[in-house]
Amino acid sequence: MEQITILEGRQKQIFEKKKGVAQPDIACDTSSLSGSVSQRACVFCGSRVVLYPIADAIHVVHGPIGCAAYTWDIRGAVSSGPELHRLSFSTDLQEMDVIYGGEKKLYHSLIELIEQYKPKAAFIYSTCIVGLIGDDIDAVCKKVAKESGIPVLPVHSEGFKGTKKDGYKAACHALMKLIGTGSTEEISKYSINILGEFNLAGEAWIIRKYYEKMGIEVVATLTGDGRIDAVRRAHGATLNVVQCSGSMTWLAKEMEAKYGIPYIRVSYFGIEDMSKSLYDVAKYFPDRPDIMEAAKAVVSEEVKSLYPSLQKFKKALTGKKAAIYVGGAFKTFSLIKALRSIGMSVVLAGSQTGDKNDYARLKEMCDEGTVIVDDSNPVELSKFILEKEADLLIGGVKERPIAFKLGIGFCDHNHERKIPLAGFEGMYNFALEVYQSVMSPVWQFAPRKGGIL
Amino acid sequence: MKHAKTATQNACKLCNPLGACLAFRGIENCVPFLHGSQGCATYIRRYLISHYKEPIDIASSNFHEESAVFGGSHNLKIGLKNVSDQYKPEVIGVATTCLSETIGDDVPGILREYKKEFKNGSPMPILIHASTPSYQGSHIDGFHAAVRATVKTLAEKGEPQELINLFPNMVSPADLRYLKEIFSDFKAPLLLLPDYSQTMDGGPWGEYHRIPPGGTPASAIVRAGSAKASIEFGSTLEAAKSAAGYLDDAFGIPRHHLSLPIGIKESDRFFSLLETLTGHARPEKYEDERRRLVDAYADGHKYVFEKRVILYGEEDLVVAMTAFLSEIGMTPVLCASGGKSGLLKRRIKELVPEMDELGIKVREGVDFVDIEDEAKVLQPDFLIGNSKGYTMSRKNDIPLLRLGFPIHDRFGGQRMHHLGYRGTQELFDRIVNTVIEQRQNASSIGYTYM
Repeated sequence: MEQITILEGRQKQIFEKKKGVAQPDIACDTSSLSGSVSQRACVFCGSRVVLYPIADAIHVVHGPIGCAAYTWDIRGAVSSGPELHRLSFSTDLQEMDVIYGGEKKLYHSLIELIEQYKPKAAFIYSTCIVGLIGDDIDAVCKKVAKESGIPVLPVHSEGFKGTKKDGYKAACHALMKLIGTGSTEEISKYSINILGEFNLAGEAWIIRKYYEKMGIEVVATLTGDGRIDAVRRAHGATLNVVQCSGSMTWLAKEMEAKYGIPYIRVSYFGIEDMSKSLYDVAKYFPDRPDIMEAAKAVVSEEVKSLYPSLQKFKKALTGKKAAIYVGGAFKTFSLIKALRSIGMSVVLAGSQTGDKNDYARLKEMCDEGTVIVDDSNPVELSKFILEKEADLLIGGVKERPIAFKLGIGFCDHNHERKIPLAGFEGMYNFALEVYQSVMSPVWQFAPRKGGIL
Repeated sequence: MKHAKTATQNACKLCNPLGACLAFRGIENCVPFLHGSQGCATYIRRYLISHYKEPIDIASSNFHEESAVFGGSHNLKIGLKNVSDQYKPEVIGVATTCLSETIGDDVPGILREYKKEFKNGSPMPILIHASTPSYQGSHIDGFHAAVRATVKTLAEKGEPQELINLFPNMVSPADLRYLKEIFSDFKAPLLLLPDYSQTMDGGPWGEYHRIPPGGTPASAIVRAGSAKASIEFGSTLEAAKSAAGYLDDAFGIPRHHLSLPIGIKESDRFFSLLETLTGHARPEKYEDERRRLVDAYADGHKYVFEKRVILYGEEDLVVAMTAFLSEIGMTPVLCASGGKSGLLKRRIKELVPEMDELGIKVREGVDFVDIEDEAKVLQPDFLIGNSKGYTMSRKNDIPLLRLGFPIHDRFGGQRMHHLGYRGTQELFDRIVNTVIEQRQNASSIGYTYM
């Protein structure tokens, strides 16, 4: 087989855990190398994914058509009510706008869209060229807010101004402007916000239900099934519970600094981490031992029904090997544990946006021989999948065809999924999906398994 | 209530660089490269993958603030070097984006510098540059810009040959395979550009391919300059923007400009042209295909006659479909496109002169909200277009017949035929079945034969 070499500038972002070898820190948190086919997106993408699920706001992309067209209704983030987030609005800048500026077009677009759709707020995303042509979108937003009486929030998400993480921050910045503007009356002392949960396939509803069973009030979910009024009241919660560390830790820190709300990091994937995320919240309210009791009851009830149903999958999957390449590193930790609980080992673990601490922890968690990568690309992923003889790849849309071309199973763990993978019932779905893909008889025809090329 | 409408809502078009990436994918051993932010490449990959179900690597120069301020030259060069080292491509197709166009990067100049500065490294790939600013036109313009740029870069004058150039427009991999089959059956040497029939719809891999096998070799494209004729599909595609137009200007190669051959009349026109150019009668196989199609028209005519549909998509596809639908007695009460060539109505009228009497309305530069507003008034029997019409189809309970690109919510869009007798047959069968299904569903009796 052809030797696949790693690009010179990328070597420090890859690491293989080996016994007795000095363990350097993995390089991460850098921008992608020019010319490498990064699986990452851009600043705009980061902002867009974070704010996308807010369903009673309009999301207006200020720029040429592409950025809005490619993000039209692409996430599985569902809403229990309004669905304005599933519409795509763009100022669709043309050459003349680029020359003479797009402020007027933006202004008229906003006034008309607000009139037509009656949103509770509007988010205005600036794309690459908006900064270059010098449009003052802050001024336009201010003007429209005044005239329309709703919050009109600029999101400074010019694609080239950093990485996807900077986009997360720009989105959180917009959220911070809303938080603190609503009434906190009647919010219980035993209350939380759920941060970084986007209600893909209704996952936020599952999580919310567990907390409510424990007697915890969920003030706002940021941003799954999101509503502007809930965001405005979020500063009334006692604790912030942060999942998807990549996107929302910054917001949690800001809220801590400004409103004194502490935060904890959790993950809702896999039995172990799901249970811990309930216990950790319960622990935060020691004056109410009944909350911990309720948490234990939820866990025991859920696990009792879940555990036996997983055994069929575990039996089939024991000894199979997985490769993980997802957006945030925190998700990787949970997936490793979840895979272990169904008998699988992890031979490759990586993320688009992990930081130093994440990778240090990943190193600790992984078995000998596991490859750890930051900001990887199709060539590298394929190299390691083949070398390590993985049976499964967990990733997003861009990783899916790599798995299928190479003849291995795939589990979609990205924004487009239509099946909830979070919570206890999500663990069942996850195991089922992994099982159905890894154990399919179609792989017998794959060249990797001796099929005819 | 009618609303004033400045913003584009649910766009019925994509941006220029997407088309260029797909076209570059149809050159053998070529990596598409976007000179802009990382997001452009990633979004476009995602969008193409969801339709074609194939890996598609698109490199990016990955602009940062410094590049936006001081120019993207450095990033572009480093990017080209890295792609050359890692992919070892024979060709890199560089398409610009709104960002690099707005800051005014002189890409041809940068490519010339690159060739000088890096001549001693890895073998120098052929560098093709297409100008594809996203604030102009739509994805189809980027597609044609890339095909034209490719020919412009590679084609050379040579000894006259029997070769025929075919520039098929943005059609499906199945269509591309069918076109190759036709030429092979005519025993006519063909230069098909682009040809992503394998790169975007290929087999399994035993090992990782940096660049999937397939595509038109650069060495073959060189000969485009000595072909005896070019055929170009797409009625709104103007010579000044097209590959065949360039070859005509530069080398005097006659340009035969046809509508996409959908329907019997336009397929006949294409086959007649092939007969003229090759001097061979059409093979019996295609006579058979045509006979079966005529027979199917007879068998199915009652289902489709005077059915009213809304048709949308790229302008050339809309023109060709209008011609086909009118020959089976269906009426596209609205022919809509997000594209804006200014030619849509004129081209439809050329193929369907009675369009006004038939009540065919044409609208360019529209989005899905405009089309939906029209649908509420026009109450068509069904919609015909890509899968992005599903939202309005569901909301207004009007069935959708999917064709073209993208098809993100059904399986096998890349294997769907549209062109020639075979493609028309497939479309006709699907249209008739759409009507039958509608009738069957609406029937209180539930006939098991229809």
